[in-house]
Amino acid sequence: MNGAPGADGRVLRIEGLHKSFGRLEVLKGIDLSVSEHEVICLIGASGSGKSTLLRCIDLLEPIEQGRIVIRGEEVTARGVDVNKVRRQIGIVFQAFNLFPHMTVLRNVTLGPTEALKLSKAESETRAVELLERFGLAEKKGDYPDRLSGGQQQRVAIIRSLAMQPDILLLDEVTSALDPELVSGVLDLIRELARGGMTMVIATHEMGFARDIANRVCFLDEGVILEEGPPEQIFSSPQQPRTQQFLQSIIEAGRM
Amino acid sequence: MGIPGGGGAPELYELPPGESELARGRRSRILAGLRQEGAKSVLIAILSTVVFFTVLVVIVLNSPGWLEVKRAFFSGKYFAESLPEIAHRFLINVRAFLIAEAFILVWALFLAVLRSLPGPVFFPLRLLSIAYTDFFRGVPTILVIYILGFGAPALQIEGIPKSAFFWGVVSLVLVYSAYVAEVYRAGIESIHPSQIAAARSLGLTRLQSLRFVVVPQAVRRVIPPLLNDFIGLQKDTALLSLIGVLEAFRQSQVDVAGSFNFTPHLATALVFIVCTIPLTRMVDWLVRRERSRRQAGAAL
Repeated sequence: MNGAPGADGRVLRIEGLHKSFGRLEVLKGIDLSVSEHEVICLIGASGSGKSTLLRCIDLLEPIEQGRIVIRGEEVTARGVDVNKVRRQIGIVFQAFNLFPHMTVLRNVTLGPTEALKLSKAESETRAVELLERFGLAEKKGDYPDRLSGGQQQRVAIIRSLAMQPDILLLDEVTSALDPELVSGVLDLIRELARGGMTMVIATHEMGFARDIANRVCFLDEGVILEEGPPEQIFSSPQQPRTQQFLQSIIEAGRM
Repeated sequence: MGIPGGGGAPELYELPPGESELARGRRSRILAGLRQEGAKSVLIAILSTVVFFTVLVVIVLNSPGWLEVKRAFFSGKYFAESLPEIAHRFLINVRAFLIAEAFILVWALFLAVLRSLPGPVFFPLRLLSIAYTDFFRGVPTILVIYILGFGAPALQIEGIPKSAFFWGVVSLVLVYSAYVAEVYRAGIESIHPSQIAAARSLGLTRLQSLRFVVVPQAVRRVIPPLLNDFIGLQKDTALLSLIGVLEAFRQSQVDVAGSFNFTPHLATALVFIVCTIPLTRMVDWLVRRERSRRQAGAAL
């Protein structure tokens, strides 16, 4: 937990990752490295493999080929305790996936008490601190369906943060939200970036990607077609497919 | 499910507090047709009901055997004589029901969880659970009661109870657990995979995910079908009479044998109904309360 980065200074390293669903090959050889405090944005059309890549990193999907190395330890090797790995990685989903039968507080403390085996008091202190920091302290006794979508998604992010992960994966976390609720969630993520959280973010919010990312990766048909600093990707993309994608985004008025 | 399934992310907080649309809708469905048409249709409804039952009563009262049936089934004298003892014996049914229910709830959940265990390692356990439910759903309850009720005590094993009541309750637990396990399993399988993904992503094990996330939600969802099974169970406690448990139905059989009048059976039926109807109403109330407490009408 928050230990030293791997010998090569990387928090996360992915080599030659392949993933298929039946006959459909979704990821066709992904290579990606993420350094400490780095924020990576994954952009690309729906179906390009962004979500699948994030789910593979959290070991929620078995992979066919390749390696995933977290802090120098290969987590895709045989005999690795997947539960231990997942405790180091936070993932937040598009549809929040809060537990509807638990209060906000219990949603946040479940992981710390049951997976990290922290005491109830310790978990609650940690949870309340986070909820206060992100302006949700007064909601701690509410059930998720009493919250707005934006509030639910912020709770989902806090739930991941309570595990104090080495890296946070965000899977289109604003895509299910009404437009006026998006900014609250994005502000939270910006604050996390300022705090030095290492993140991989799949997103359709290009403006957001542009000002938060250290590096932007354009995924197309299961490969990272182009990657670089946001100024380069957004201002002078090299690949025709990247240019085409960004053009369609501009035409849709989303940048 | 509004939460895990929903790409649309409904803003449920905008709903007014109190009960959900669903609960309201259900209660008023019977009367809704009448309200639409106003006072005229209410009048027609009352009129047709009165006519229907009048005709029915006239037919029954004028049937050739009515006086005989009335004497045999509707004797006020025998009713008054038999009711107190039957009601007293009914406590045996209630006790059998309550004990059996407690064990069924636990044992059936165990069976359902066994069957839900993932992966090849647990295949034998899944197989056992499937074989169990297939077997006990396939055998008539009455045969299980007969075989265990007469067979088990006959083994004369030291330390094993010989009471018919004990083996009758064991039989009910064995049979009803098979049904209730299926109800639980339907509930477990109805939980969206994204809920499990969220639990596992926090580093919870499979069993922890089942325990904290899947089973609690599943149980809430299956309360109405569960209670249906329990109304069935409550009636089936009368089967214990067949292996000599002196409960309500057995008592009315004794009374009938002594008087050649069937009215005591009517008294037994009445006692059962008085008990099951409040149970069904309580179920409805529980479901409504759960819904309105969490505003989860859409999520159910």
